[in-house]
Amino acid sequence: MIPSEFEYHKATSIQDAIAQLGAHEDSKLLAGGHSLLPMMKLRFAEPPHLIDINGIEELRGIRLEGDTICIGAMTTENELIESEILQQHCPLLVEAARLVADPQVRNRGTIGGDVAHGDPGNDHPAVMLALDATLVLHGPDGERQQSANGFFLGTYWNDLQEQEILVELRVPVIKKGVGHGYSKLKRKTGDYAVAGSPVVIELDGDVCRDIRIALTNVAPMAIRAEAAENILRGKVIDDALIEQAAAEVLAVCDPAEDLRGDVLYKSHMGAEMARRSIRAALQQARG
Amino acid sequence: MAKQHVSFNLNGKQVDALVEPRELLVHTIRETLSLTGTHIGCESSHCGACTVDLDGKSVKSCTVLSMQADGSELKTVEGLADAEGLHAVQQAFIQEHGLQCGFCTPGMLIRAYRFLQENPNPTEEEIRWGMSGNLCRCTGYQNIVKAVQTAAQTLQQA
Repeated sequence: MIPSEFEYHKATSIQDAIAQLGAHEDSKLLAGGHSLLPMMKLRFAEPPHLIDINGIEELRGIRLEGDTICIGAMTTENELIESEILQQHCPLLVEAARLVADPQVRNRGTIGGDVAHGDPGNDHPAVMLALDATLVLHGPDGERQQSANGFFLGTYWNDLQEQEILVELRVPVIKKGVGHGYSKLKRKTGDYAVAGSPVVIELDGDVCRDIRIALTNVAPMAIRAEAAENILRGKVIDDALIEQAAAEVLAVCDPAEDLRGDVLYKSHMGAEMARRSIRAALQQARG
Repeated sequence: MAKQHVSFNLNGKQVDALVEPRELLVHTIRETLSLTGTHIGCESSHCGACTVDLDGKSVKSCTVLSMQADGSELKTVEGLADAEGLHAVQQAFIQEHGLQCGFCTPGMLIRAYRFLQENPNPTEEEIRWGMSGNLCRCTGYQNIVKAVQTAAQTLQQA
């Protein structure tokens, strides 16, 4: 399987990539290529121009700025796993990256590609929602920042504008009293999730001050289960409340039936992943 | 589409090739450079039969454009043995009977070669995780895991 013909361009800087996006109609950015190239082989995508952004050093790397971790969009999954900054300050991302694809794919696949691509099976969009991340986007008119919450609009549809490039992802340091959970059900290594759920809980004593429950691959795009969050926010979370929240998660699931399961099965797995992640996050937040 | 010139170091030798932009690295290695040890399995970055070592990292060469290998250091299964004989991972796969039909073996070997540099003294679980990008439909993996363990011991003693 070989993609149909295209012209290959190498971008040397973020500015150059933006200029090339403008110069070549219907062009696509080539990040890790492990979603785009398979789609091109199957003719699901036939961009006439590919702009390779792998050579842009300023898009790579992870740095700590106060209470914020700034992650270059072209940072690979394996670089996330190996990052001491993330291991120490945001282990949720490390946990999530360890469950993405396989070792070889993680050497190529990037967090920015995963977030911007638009497949509901991509894992990082829901992680970004759970972490309340900020996305830094550059375009011809300069930089803008956009909350992950509101960025994901549908399958292969997000708020990235024409000629814009996702440059950096900013996530908060997970502090004391904050816990996370990550549950992902997949049939085998390398497969997309049947359902996945990253959860972040902030406790104030025993009371849940804030909670974000996000879901992977049980809707046209990554979503937050806000009705479920509302049940738990401001409460002392117990098993009965978790069951009520899980029912709300179930209600918000809208998966597409495929070989991984039918709508009912996948929805229940979404609810179960959320249930497990809420428990794990709670335990961790309590210390 | 006009072919373009790429140049990279393949198993210690500088090589040149003319490639179409859409050409995948595995095809350039097998068809233009005639090194057929790297296998084409699923062509969808699942099976790992096409694994090669690109700038010190394991990658699936069915999902990398040849253009992207320009200027790189590449090692394939043919680059494992040297004048002194087979590499420790190759010896270990023979010793532990880590293959049956052999189709997945080149990918297994070149991945094991890199994995044991990333983690020279792995546990069984770490081997299974580190080798999880390579599928084998014959062995049930037991002897592959044993082979990687044996290779790790040999390399540690060397």
